[in-house]
Amino acid sequence: MTLRILYFARLRERFGLAEETLDFSGATAADLVRQLQARGGVWAENLAAGRTFRVAVNQEIVALDAPLPDHAEVAIFPPVTGG
Amino acid sequence: MRIRVQNEAFDLGAEVDAMRAGRTDIGAIASFVGLARDMNEGSGVAAMTLEHYPGMTEKALAKLVDEACSRWALLDVTVIHRVGRLLPGDPIVLVAVAGQHRGEAFAACEFIMDYLKTQAPFWKKEETVDGERWVEARASDDAAAARWTDS
Repeated sequence: MTLRILYFARLRERFGLAEETLDFSGATAADLVRQLQARGGVWAENLAAGRTFRVAVNQEIVALDAPLPDHAEVAIFPPVTGG
Repeated sequence: MRIRVQNEAFDLGAEVDAMRAGRTDIGAIASFVGLARDMNEGSGVAAMTLEHYPGMTEKALAKLVDEACSRWALLDVTVIHRVGRLLPGDPIVLVAVAGQHRGEAFAACEFIMDYLKTQAPFWKKEETVDGERWVEARASDDAAAARWTDS
């Protein structure tokens, strides 16, 4: 399936990327995180177990075991700091 | 209900006037205005830039206003959050809640701010003498939001 992935704030800067389209053969948000970690470097470092980040699917924050529908808009970002 | 994400400043008085214009059923309006501070984590802040997730931001704010409306009998709610570069003293966020009585207005105003802090996709980056830094989320904000589910 194809996913559109968005990165925000500190993660966008670390990855040097705001958005990408990705071929994805897994099922859940956790599978996607593993696929991104496998890129190594800043990806492995910032998405490592124990690092805090949030995943939103189609603009709703989800848990890592959430399934990813085809053509989903997935966003990965640090804990929010507005207000 | 009015929910806005904007670069421009807002005027608390004008927003409250708009809320009560033409109606006589409102007995209480509670409001909160958050401001950009000149100091954080022990060092001076010259400016900050607020980033957000267009699309999700508006949805997340609408969802927490809906949640407030399901918990309390509210007559109107306004939420305005600014994005872009702000200077110390600039207003960042406004929440105003109208009800028949003060109890629900105070409670819902605090609830909306507590949830906004942990659920709405905004991120602050500060400019300091040591360079730029992203603001880290605070455990105290998670604790403040959790109060509303524990009770």
